[in-house]
Amino acid sequence: MAAYIAKRLLAAIPVLFGLTIIVFLIMAMIPGDPATAILGSYATPENVAKLNRDLGLDKTLFEQYVIWIGNLFQGDLGRSYTLNRPVLDEVMERFSATLILAGTSLVLCSIFGLLAGIVSAVRQYGWADKIITLLVLIGISTPSFWLGLLLILVFAVNLRLFPASGMYAIYGGGDLADLIHHLTLPALTLSVVATGVIARLTRTAMLEVLRQDYIRTARAKGLSERKVIYKHAFKSALVGVVPVIGIQAGFVIGGAVYIETVFQWPGIGSMLVTAISTRDLLLVQGGVLVVAAAYVLFNLLADVVQTILDPRLR
Amino acid sequence: MKRFLAAAFASAFLAFAPQVQAQTPPNILVVGQIAEPKSLDPHAVTAVNDFRILVNIYDGLVRYKDGTLEVEPSLAESWTISEDGKTYTFKLREGVKFHDGSPFNAEAVKFNFDRMLNEENPYHDTGPFPLAFFFSTVEEVVVDDENTVTFNLSAPYAPFLSNLAYPTGLIVSPEAVKQYGKDFGRHPSGTGAYKFAEWQANAKVVAVRNDDYWDGAPELEAVIYRPITDANTRIAEMLSGGLDVMVEVPPDSLQQFKDDSTFQVLEQAGPHVWFLILNAREAPFDIKAARQAANYAINKKALVENILQGTAEVAAGPTPPAFAWAYNESLEPYPYDPEKAKELLKEAEYNGEEITFYVTEGGSGMLDPIAMGTAIQADLQAVGMKVKIETYEWNTFLGKVNPGLQGKAAMAEMAWMTNDPDTLPFLALRTEAMPEQGGFNSGYYSNAKVDELLEKAREETDQAERAKLYKEMQDIVHEDAPWVFVANWKQNAVTKASVEDFKLQPSFFLMLQDVKKPQ
Repeated sequence: MAAYIAKRLLAAIPVLFGLTIIVFLIMAMIPGDPATAILGSYATPENVAKLNRDLGLDKTLFEQYVIWIGNLFQGDLGRSYTLNRPVLDEVMERFSATLILAGTSLVLCSIFGLLAGIVSAVRQYGWADKIITLLVLIGISTPSFWLGLLLILVFAVNLRLFPASGMYAIYGGGDLADLIHHLTLPALTLSVVATGVIARLTRTAMLEVLRQDYIRTARAKGLSERKVIYKHAFKSALVGVVPVIGIQAGFVIGGAVYIETVFQWPGIGSMLVTAISTRDLLLVQGGVLVVAAAYVLFNLLADVVQTILDPRLR
Repeated sequence: MKRFLAAAFASAFLAFAPQVQAQTPPNILVVGQIAEPKSLDPHAVTAVNDFRILVNIYDGLVRYKDGTLEVEPSLAESWTISEDGKTYTFKLREGVKFHDGSPFNAEAVKFNFDRMLNEENPYHDTGPFPLAFFFSTVEEVVVDDENTVTFNLSAPYAPFLSNLAYPTGLIVSPEAVKQYGKDFGRHPSGTGAYKFAEWQANAKVVAVRNDDYWDGAPELEAVIYRPITDANTRIAEMLSGGLDVMVEVPPDSLQQFKDDSTFQVLEQAGPHVWFLILNAREAPFDIKAARQAANYAINKKALVENILQGTAEVAAGPTPPAFAWAYNESLEPYPYDPEKAKELLKEAEYNGEEITFYVTEGGSGMLDPIAMGTAIQADLQAVGMKVKIETYEWNTFLGKVNPGLQGKAAMAEMAWMTNDPDTLPFLALRTEAMPEQGGFNSGYYSNAKVDELLEKAREETDQAERAKLYKEMQDIVHEDAPWVFVANWKQNAVTKASVEDFKLQPSFFLMLQDVKKPQ
């Protein structure tokens, strides 16, 4: 197992390396530069040239990249042009917020998705199945930024049960209860689509398993229905669902870009949006690198879990 | 399993549901900003959003008098200007200390300008300082004694004082710069009414009362700035009680707040002008009649009332009325007169060829640029001008417009917010300010008389005389119509009704020294 994990991690290195090149090239291709973004209306060619020189952007793209990679190996992601702060500090601060949001969403969507899928499969064509299928369809087709605004309107503005935005209370607070209070609406919003996907998949996987001979044998043996479903059927179905949860982790982190903006969650998604619009190359580069690394890790984790669940894969 | 989950969910919900949204505490003002500040180093930033925080943490040598754009003493008690307008000597306020305890004196003032302007200065690398060119005429700062400092300029430069009142002229603590270096922007220290306390990335900036403030300590204990980039979320946060003050309310929501007595809505015209640059180097706008035709053809009143929903006023000329002393009251906006526009187009021998119109998607002070652009296109179409819109994201847009419109477009949207009546015309209407020479005259307007008036006004230190020159300039520019003068924006803010003595300033800065919020 350790050799497998090491191999997978090594394989991730060229992926991440290639990614940094792509980000560099894309950022170079889109028009505009940080100096123009900083100077705004005052962006005369003369002022832009001076600021570019001060920011070290008068070098060629290749030189910039080589410098960046060189620094990367020393654990230095450079300095953000617009925030005037080390990229690593900003990215780490922001990424931990995203991890809390995305992690919670992932847990929520796994629990609700699996549960809904199982119920739906066990009660196939029953009313519970019909309601769940309908809800899943609605969940999958609802644009999450819109759902976020709707939840804010109902639960923050009208009912005043939850705060409209932020991660902690602006005054006082700061404890776990405060965090959960702020986390509820964005985490729910973010988990809706993934819940739907997981529920659908679990339903299909469960239906397939439930038709297998060994399930009939288990029932014939006189095992309780609960044991048949959770111990025998669900465990097999899970093997097919886990990698999808791994992929959903990627989508959840991607979806965080909108949700963080709507809920003003101080995460890496909202940071990337700002960084791209201000052409803050090093901040984009650092942010994308961390997100991509997380994505690789999540998938690896899913694969490892799958291997544990399914001895045939070992 | 199912029962367990249901129970867990229900108890979780019960645990948090009764925790009703906390109101903001008394004597602490929570301000909803449109974005996170870039830095709290006043010399390193360019955005009004950042200035709103900085003017409460720092003071300059001078500041704008309440409710005006006229300069009054601040950290400098008085000053004298030499006959030739090249030497400014400031008498500094005594006994003022920075928040870090170090003294404010002539040496500190010199340090501030040397850091910004002198590339040899050991702390110049704590920049960059994008607006340092505001002080490019400063040749040397001389310490005369502990409390007297002299600025020697390379040429007479009348806007100097008003540039000192701008946030780029705010005075930072030299000791703090030396201590924190490049990270000073995260550990700011000034002499202002509030002391910096805390900055959580994308969550809040906290500033607490400076009990030793030389101009009287404020009543508020603290001000908390919250960045909320999404306008809908900002409104929701205001409505749900999480903010005391919100700036830049979208026009669509302003009425909702006006109708609700638990809020107060404030509006204040500022030194902003929204206009269309016309390319005077190429057909059709190389002919004055065609440029005037565009001014007549566009229904500015409808733009301001319908698209901007009353959050702006129709502009008459290049200088916003907020510069009360320099504004030409006799100027009337071009009336909406499509018939007259058609006549003028005929006179200009415009033959109906298609023209390109650069529109931006957003950007500083651009209001609602896509909707405005579309309405303008329709108005011009109605008088027979075929207009093709090209829309660009703000950054890209500036990269296309600032180098000049020649060979690319006949017109482009633009907006400016400035602190002195000199800035915009000097940078964007002079012959020597063409893009080839590093200026912003992207439409290539050229009138020798305007050039002469602007040069003269820049050297004239007597305000009444300067005003005369600007007024004459406005008359000529109005007639020559190098731009379509469209709108002057009114900034707005909403506060809870419990917030007292809150005022908006024509400078667009958010001065919170006198604000109270007892409950």
